[in-house]
Amino acid sequence: MHSLVTIIKKELADHFSSYRFTILFALIAMVSLITAYMVGLNIREELEGVAKPRFIFLMLFTSSGAIFSLVQFVAFFGPLVGLILGFDTINRERNEGTLSKLLSQPIYRDTVINGKFLAGVVMITVMMVSIVLVITALGLILLGIVPGVEELWRIFVYLMISIIYISFWLGIAILFSIFFRSTATSALAALAVWIFFSFFVSIGANILANALAPGADAANPEDLLWRAKIVKAFSLTSPMELYTDATATIIDPMRKSAHSVISLGPMERISMSRFSGPLPLSQSILIVAPYIISLIAITVVCFAISYIVFMRQEIRSL
Amino acid sequence: METKSVIETRELTKIYNGRPAVDKLSLAVNEGEIFGFLGPNGAGKTTTLLMLLGLTQPTSGTAKVLGLDPSREPIKVKSKIGYLQENMGFYSDLNARQMLRFIAELNGFSGNHADARIDAALERVGLTDEAAKNIAAYSRGMRQRLGLAELLIKDSKVAFLDEPTLGLDPDATNRMIELIQSLCRDKQMTVLLSSHLLQQVQKICHRVGIMIKGRMVAQGPLAQLSEEKFGVGKETYSLEEIYMKYFQEA
Repeated sequence: MHSLVTIIKKELADHFSSYRFTILFALIAMVSLITAYMVGLNIREELEGVAKPRFIFLMLFTSSGAIFSLVQFVAFFGPLVGLILGFDTINRERNEGTLSKLLSQPIYRDTVINGKFLAGVVMITVMMVSIVLVITALGLILLGIVPGVEELWRIFVYLMISIIYISFWLGIAILFSIFFRSTATSALAALAVWIFFSFFVSIGANILANALAPGADAANPEDLLWRAKIVKAFSLTSPMELYTDATATIIDPMRKSAHSVISLGPMERISMSRFSGPLPLSQSILIVAPYIISLIAITVVCFAISYIVFMRQEIRSL
Repeated sequence: METKSVIETRELTKIYNGRPAVDKLSLAVNEGEIFGFLGPNGAGKTTTLLMLLGLTQPTSGTAKVLGLDPSREPIKVKSKIGYLQENMGFYSDLNARQMLRFIAELNGFSGNHADARIDAALERVGLTDEAAKNIAAYSRGMRQRLGLAELLIKDSKVAFLDEPTLGLDPDATNRMIELIQSLCRDKQMTVLLSSHLLQQVQKICHRVGIMIKGRMVAQGPLAQLSEEKFGVGKETYSLEEIYMKYFQEA
């Protein structure tokens, strides 16, 4: 326990003093500031002369300003933060010869990898919390609206999911840093995985759906539903999709489903529009619980693989 | 006089990819002695050290360090052994004091107690003046001395020194050798020294072991080896000549 704290402390000191982190943090702070500012201005314009909707505060995170909303931004570039924090975790120490020095101290081997992973999670937490606080503060200034208790809870849940999501990518990066000797190779491999899941899975899902359900008739709801199911099933292999779905109803209380296609009859449509109140937080969480759990599961699996590989590696090759 | 053996291995074997790296090694090192661990590169010296540290599991055979089995109680063993590895790695963005502090904390020393140890260790290896410099700016000799300071922090009873004088200039080599000798004398430290510099080994080691292709081909005081190979009891042959003889025969 004591040695775990020592390693976490050392790793955090390394992170905070590295240029890499400073640059990354500056970039992210800048983007979030600009996004929040644009969104804030947009909302102010939109709301002129309109009755104040509920949960206006959460719109800071969901409505897209100039380019995209903060939620989309985290879904897309959050992984990059995890990768940058972790891609050289183990192999840098191996190349500098410090790994065997570390392991010849009276500590268990898993303390090293646990400490490094936890330090990364702390970094991610610090980063996400500060970004959300910046946006919250800007929201207070620009909109002059104080967030309600429920909104704060939603932001909190959103933060937790985001931290898990980015930690998953940190785990991927650590895994590659164990597999590959060279830091450049592990960085490239991690980037390749990120690009694959961020760009190609969504394109691939459509191609696959076209192949499996050719000539889907736009007038036939069953065909459409079948096609939509294929696309969904395939794109859920991407952690980005999982994350987007997991946060969908959390940060937007008006959404009642994570599905993209909902077939509605005329009567249902009427009743939907009559009861268009927001969902309570517990119900929102319930809807996306499978996604949240899957996200936690893949993070745990990814870390477990790194753990096993690292524990089984021969020191000779370290 | 019957001396206690601090390191003892019996039929210790390690097989890598079907080939034995260490082959039925039986070794005994007594308390307070400097044991010269010789052999060509790739003979299995480092593998043996790693097994004794509990960092690598032996394929078969047993090892005992200070009465403990390294593969069963690696943490206890590692808290008692100081290991100065061949390509010593340091976090080059730290300074000597920070590095030693990190090592001290990993070994469970903190606060004033750690500070006192760090000061004493720096003083002993003569790095007090350079303690605030980044390790990146250290010369090879200074790095090796810093490595010895780490052993002092741990207060290790046993030290494994893997090529401690590799690539040092003659002055630094002498300084290092003297430091090792004085540590062994003052702290009753048992030293397992692996090196290629046979003259130095001859000068400071009480006993030597020669390892070739994973096997220990000879073990004992220099005079004994000399007698075995050349039939002359007195130390008329240098270690270098003895070593070459064994090497050619293997």
